[in-house]
Amino acid sequence: MQALFAQLLVGLINGSFYALLSLGLAVIFGMLNIINFAHGALYMMGAFVAYFLLNLGGINYWWALLFAPIIVGIFGMILERTMLQWLTGLDHLYGLLLTFGIALIVQGVFQNYFGSSGMPYAIPDQLKGGMNLGFMFLPIYRAWVVIFSLVVCIATWFLIEKTRLGAYLRAATENPTLVRAFGINVPRMITLTYGLGVGLAALAGVLSAPINQVRPLMGADLIIVVFAVVVIGGMGSIMGSIITGFALGVIEGLTKYFYPEASNTVVFVLMVLVLLVKPTGLTGRAA
Amino acid sequence: MTALTDDTLPVSPRAIRDEMIVFVVMALLLASVPFSGIYPFFVMQALCFALLACAFNLLIGYGGLLSFGHAMFMGTAGYCSAHALKVWALPPELGILVGIAAAFVLSLVTGYISIRRQGIYFSMITLALSQLLYFIYLQAPFTHGEDGIQGIPQGHMFGVLDLSKPTVLYYVVLVGFLAGFLLIYRIINSPFGEVLKSIRENEPRAISLGYRTDQYKFLAFVLSGTLAGFAGALKVFVAQNASLTDVHWSMSGEVVLMTLVGGLGTIFGPVVGAFAIIAMQQYLAGFGQWVTVIQGSIFVICVLTFRRGVVGEFAHYFRRSL
Repeated sequence: MQALFAQLLVGLINGSFYALLSLGLAVIFGMLNIINFAHGALYMMGAFVAYFLLNLGGINYWWALLFAPIIVGIFGMILERTMLQWLTGLDHLYGLLLTFGIALIVQGVFQNYFGSSGMPYAIPDQLKGGMNLGFMFLPIYRAWVVIFSLVVCIATWFLIEKTRLGAYLRAATENPTLVRAFGINVPRMITLTYGLGVGLAALAGVLSAPINQVRPLMGADLIIVVFAVVVIGGMGSIMGSIITGFALGVIEGLTKYFYPEASNTVVFVLMVLVLLVKPTGLTGRAA
Repeated sequence: MTALTDDTLPVSPRAIRDEMIVFVVMALLLASVPFSGIYPFFVMQALCFALLACAFNLLIGYGGLLSFGHAMFMGTAGYCSAHALKVWALPPELGILVGIAAAFVLSLVTGYISIRRQGIYFSMITLALSQLLYFIYLQAPFTHGEDGIQGIPQGHMFGVLDLSKPTVLYYVVLVGFLAGFLLIYRIINSPFGEVLKSIRENEPRAISLGYRTDQYKFLAFVLSGTLAGFAGALKVFVAQNASLTDVHWSMSGEVVLMTLVGGLGTIFGPVVGAFAIIAMQQYLAGFGQWVTVIQGSIFVICVLTFRRGVVGEFAHYFRRSL
């Protein structure tokens, strides 16, 4: 029983990362029409920035939660301004290939300097320890990750679906020329959106740094699972990616308890099953 | 879907004549390799990847479908051929057939699942399916996990050709490559190939003309996957092993890179690209992890500045189809 709840918790935590990453992908896809293959690499950068801030600058976890997404977000905006913006109007696949190249460069550089092994990042003092809930032991940091990600996801959903800025964003997705005619600086909005999506990935990286170690390839394999999550969810809605992300994390956790051999593949198997029944994904619009 | 290349030249007698001349020159150059002092193992390896890239190009260059999991066909065929040769002790020609059959079945299944989604969704599904297979091969007993299948007997093809002799092996691989290449060339210049190109250029229009585009794309996927399997089966004889690296998604990325460097949708582009990338890996091996960075930079440069690739730019400049 203890083990079941422990796996459920692990599933929820992975689900938080899936949700944050697929949410960022959805936001970027909505505005730029690019599947950001560099997302995993930027997630990894988030964790590394937190690590540098702590070990070189003595800046603690709490500030890293704020600064790492901003720093990586700015890096993302530079990428968008210098490279991605030249792909407007071209076939989707060039965006995929370009961001794939960027991912290779970023990961390669980090691998060169830090090897492939992991570096530990300590849990902040305030979140150490755990609570005994009677049926299981709950480490506080893990509970924090789940709750904090949920709050960030919902805040992002609120920003995009309920605020005026979000309304501009959605309008610009539908018809950039028209929105531009209203005097809104669409290219700047695209840059900021990319920064926001990248920032979400970096935030997930900071959150995961104390749980998983800080490694150059920490995003490389994760991103493919996130792609599968996106295919299952269909990237139709912001809420869709959040719910699918958490749900698949939990399903993965349950599989780890009941049939561990399949835990690596369950998300992909689910993807196949969903596609056979509903080729557009669960909440999908036509691609 | 916007066009991949803006210069689609019509098939004309002159174009076919040009392409045949280049083909003969390529075949002669490759046939003279054992006498030239070039390391034949390197060329054999490049030929296997060139065939793989050509098969991949059939799908993206002519069907507009970017498969990001094409290594799964090569890897699956490799494992099945290796198993057939080593455990079942089949002769080489049957071992190759087993590999091709495995890739055929796999492409039927994966094609059925993935072809119904378009654009980048298609890419992501093929990527996820190949990762699924990766984990299966990691755990399945017959692949020997991290070790792979090693020490594969090369045997005598058709009972006479001794594949353990490098020169014999070289010519067998070369004939295999040229046969695969000609088959792809024939497919591209058939009515089927023309319909495929029309789907790449404008799928709704192809549908409105009455073509069942899903069936054409499915057939292209199966042909491409099966030919990629052929490349994987040949590679078993060259490398004498089958391992997880051939199924990993980074291998799929390399295939995309080869095709992109050579020129998407050009006939000879994937061959040039494969040789360029394999040569680069050979000579830059001393740089260690920097090779990844260099490959990434090539991706970025190709996409930003010369999307047509080496052969594509060349053909565009001379107004020829190559």
